[in-house]
Amino acid sequence: MRRNVEPVASAAPLDRPAKSGLEARDPARRRWQAPTGERPAVRRLLIAAALAFLGFVLVLPLVLVFVEALKGGVGVYLAALADPDALAAIRLTLLVSAIAVPANLVFGLCAAWAIAKFDFVGKSFLITLIDLPFSVSPVVAGLVFVLIFGSQGALGPWLSDHGIDVVFAVPGIALATIFVTFPFVARELIPLMQEQGTGDEEAAISLGASGLQAFRLVTLPNVRWALLYGVLLCNARAMGEFGAVSVVSGHIRGVTDTMPLHVEILYNEYAFPAAFAVASLLALLALATLLLKSLLEWRHGGGLKPRRGH
Amino acid sequence: MDISIRRLRKEFDRYPALHGVSLDIASGELLALLGPSGSGKTTLLRLIAGLEFPTSGAVFFGAEDASQKSVRERNVGFVFQHYALFRHMSVADNIAFGLRVRDRATRPPEDVIRRRAAELLELVQLPQIGNRFPHQLSGGQRQRVALARALAIEPQVLLLDEPFGALDAKVRKELRRWLRELHERTGHTTVFVTHDQEEAMEMSDRVVVMGQGRIEQVGAPDEIYDRPASAFVHGFIGDSSALSVTVDRGEVFLGRRSLGPLAAGLPDGPARMLLRPHDLELTAQSAGAIAGRIAAVRRHGGARMIELEVGDKGERLEVAVPASTPICPEPVQAFRPLRWQIYPAG
Amino acid sequence: MTAALLPRFAAGTLPRLRQPSVLPGFGLTLGFTLLYLSAVVLVPLGALVAKAAGLGISDFAALATDPRTLAALRLSFLAALAAASINAVFGVLVAWVLVRYDFPLRRVVDAVIDLPFALPTAVAGIALTALYAPNGWVGQYLAPLGLKIAYTPLGVVAALTFVGLPFVVRTVEPVLRDLDRDVEEAAATLGASRRQTVFRVVLPALLPSILTGFALALARAVGEYGSVIFIAGNIPYVSEIAPLLIVIRLEEYDYAAATALAAEMLGIAFLMLLTINLIQAVGRRRLGRHA
Repeated sequence: MRRNVEPVASAAPLDRPAKSGLEARDPARRRWQAPTGERPAVRRLLIAAALAFLGFVLVLPLVLVFVEALKGGVGVYLAALADPDALAAIRLTLLVSAIAVPANLVFGLCAAWAIAKFDFVGKSFLITLIDLPFSVSPVVAGLVFVLIFGSQGALGPWLSDHGIDVVFAVPGIALATIFVTFPFVARELIPLMQEQGTGDEEAAISLGASGLQAFRLVTLPNVRWALLYGVLLCNARAMGEFGAVSVVSGHIRGVTDTMPLHVEILYNEYAFPAAFAVASLLALLALATLLLKSLLEWRHGGGLKPRRGH
Repeated sequence: MDISIRRLRKEFDRYPALHGVSLDIASGELLALLGPSGSGKTTLLRLIAGLEFPTSGAVFFGAEDASQKSVRERNVGFVFQHYALFRHMSVADNIAFGLRVRDRATRPPEDVIRRRAAELLELVQLPQIGNRFPHQLSGGQRQRVALARALAIEPQVLLLDEPFGALDAKVRKELRRWLRELHERTGHTTVFVTHDQEEAMEMSDRVVVMGQGRIEQVGAPDEIYDRPASAFVHGFIGDSSALSVTVDRGEVFLGRRSLGPLAAGLPDGPARMLLRPHDLELTAQSAGAIAGRIAAVRRHGGARMIELEVGDKGERLEVAVPASTPICPEPVQAFRPLRWQIYPAG
Repeated sequence: MTAALLPRFAAGTLPRLRQPSVLPGFGLTLGFTLLYLSAVVLVPLGALVAKAAGLGISDFAALATDPRTLAALRLSFLAALAAASINAVFGVLVAWVLVRYDFPLRRVVDAVIDLPFALPTAVAGIALTALYAPNGWVGQYLAPLGLKIAYTPLGVVAALTFVGLPFVVRTVEPVLRDLDRDVEEAAATLGASRRQTVFRVVLPALLPSILTGFALALARAVGEYGSVIFIAGNIPYVSEIAPLLIVIRLEEYDYAAATALAAEMLGIAFLMLLTINLIQAVGRRRLGRHA
């Protein structure tokens, strides 16, 4: 109707060319609402709430570790780290993770190959079993090894008769650490390799590659970033494990104390600056892990994580 | 509800998607926005709905300026290309959603809402599926549910974005006819976006052909097909071949040969002559005819398609002749143009 | 054994246990996987179950329902539930902010979310304790309000919140990112306000992932030890968590009591795992395969 009464050209104020830039837009913006966004005030409020929560729960504790560690000055800090017991704890931690990480790396690759490249009965049950250590309390994980290898255990007495100590010694600590870090590498690899399918490997084999060559030349390069990512997480957990190791270690200072256990001992002795000094080393390890992980994600984001939902 | 669009312009990050488009849509009309991808047709549809805010310009619903209104105040029924059904709600809850989110003053009682949802399912001919979930439906059923959901709010305008784009050919054909019938029954002002010219031609009262953020032509399907306003429309709608010609005082030259005074009123200089395959006739005379070498002959349904190589540039011209026409032994043939369009080049 | 049997099944007379493939190494890798899994996880856990079974029903029941044990289990479970609930709310908020908004240092914030995965629990424990102790950076402002966090059950909740934080964020984030915007636009065209769209359309679509993250955080928190023992105060019947009680029983050489409690916790862990799988299965069924 309006069309007939008013010719196009005289559709007055609106036909005026819009004033350039913001002054023309702004009053209208106030009424028109984007259908999928929030008002700026709401947006700022939500961001502030999220950041405040993260600040109190994550950031402040992290900052506090370094502040407390350096409270007594750099001299005290370095002295705490140069303490022979601290050095022994660092050595033991490195040794244990040098055992646990490669062991779980080999397992992760094997499990991922079998699960991702083949179809067989009971596959999803197997994946659930691999996830199991994630939901078992670390203390329970430590306890099971005490029950088997301890002085009251099934194998303990026989082994100690043959001069092998497991509990309250390095083998027990390594076993407990392997248990709690068991799923890390496998869990990173399985979804990615499942998504990549078997086409590349089949092509390699059809071109005459052996199984090992196909794995080394095709599979590994495809998953190398996810593999590194899994190893990083596995290593961080292996070095930082507390509960499981605490149960099997026996807390023999300078012998079976790992870094986290050493932190506990110092803390319970009220040697706070020293406790936080050792803790700061572990925190640096965590930060390095996060940094590497973020770099991996930013540079190789597409290939690192399987896209969900499809 | 009639709609007036006034000099609507939209830029995304400084890149113009729509250059000051004006259009009038009559109440009860079924209008197609047709164009290739990137022509701005979906942007125009979203601007009408209020899903985007124009850089400048205005949209009128009737006499009322709707430009300032948010999408939820505009009361438009919008059917999304991929339907956008709520996956966690049953079909009936999907349809009832628009009524349930009204504020208490205007919200109908629950039993009325439920009855209305059932009626709408009846209307889209899916009376039995109210309790199912979207992922249990076929593509065509989802499409109808999306339409029922859009109609539930008794919209002033119905807007559909590539309504049949995600369906297979057979379902698409069925739904087209059905939607046309539904439109005749309900009489909503309806605008739909499509890149499929057949769909636009078959369904709509008027077609708006868009290209590169501008309206190229508005008209009834016949008008668009028979009298394309620009070389772009001619090339986009239906089959056609283009020849480079020169206009000299109304006379058209193909190379050095004159085709006759076909372009009265056109400026002198290079031009493009567009011809549809069916608008040429085999002729024995050479005066005023387009002659060329037969490069290929193909069977195309009830017709025989001849590909003619014309001029020294080797331009190809497609000509359709009845399948019964014997293929001439001579490699060179002449055709007389029956209908054509000539547009200045550039 | 499994590996040796498989080629015979693959030949086709018996129901196939695995689909044929041209790729080699199935027997070897699966064999090693099963062996290693058994040696490191299944046999040790089996030993625990066997030991618990060896206690006899009446002894086990007596140990399992000991008041101190029950109090410890209740605290572990309720505190974990509270922490997982806090994380469900704030996890969705953080995921929303990370996916939908751009703000300075967004990438740094994104990276920091995973801190609880990387920071040793003992370090987190002493840091949170120092922070929320009555003389700590935050605790000193809460103390005058009568709010004591460290050395109370609230401290347990605080530590478990830290530990479980990444789970909800990381399960919700990818689902939110993949959520089609046209669904929100559809809600708006139907007249829904932004709040109605968020609460009736977006959050219900996220619900399976929120529940999964919640269950993961809960499972992790119930068994948590290292970050809690420093901040909890460890008063029997009040702020003593179940894993700590296991350690205490072990130090008392009361292997039976430790075993019974550990078996209970293992049962809870299994239940959680089952629940998580169930949530995901139901979510997939309700929302279709592409949920």
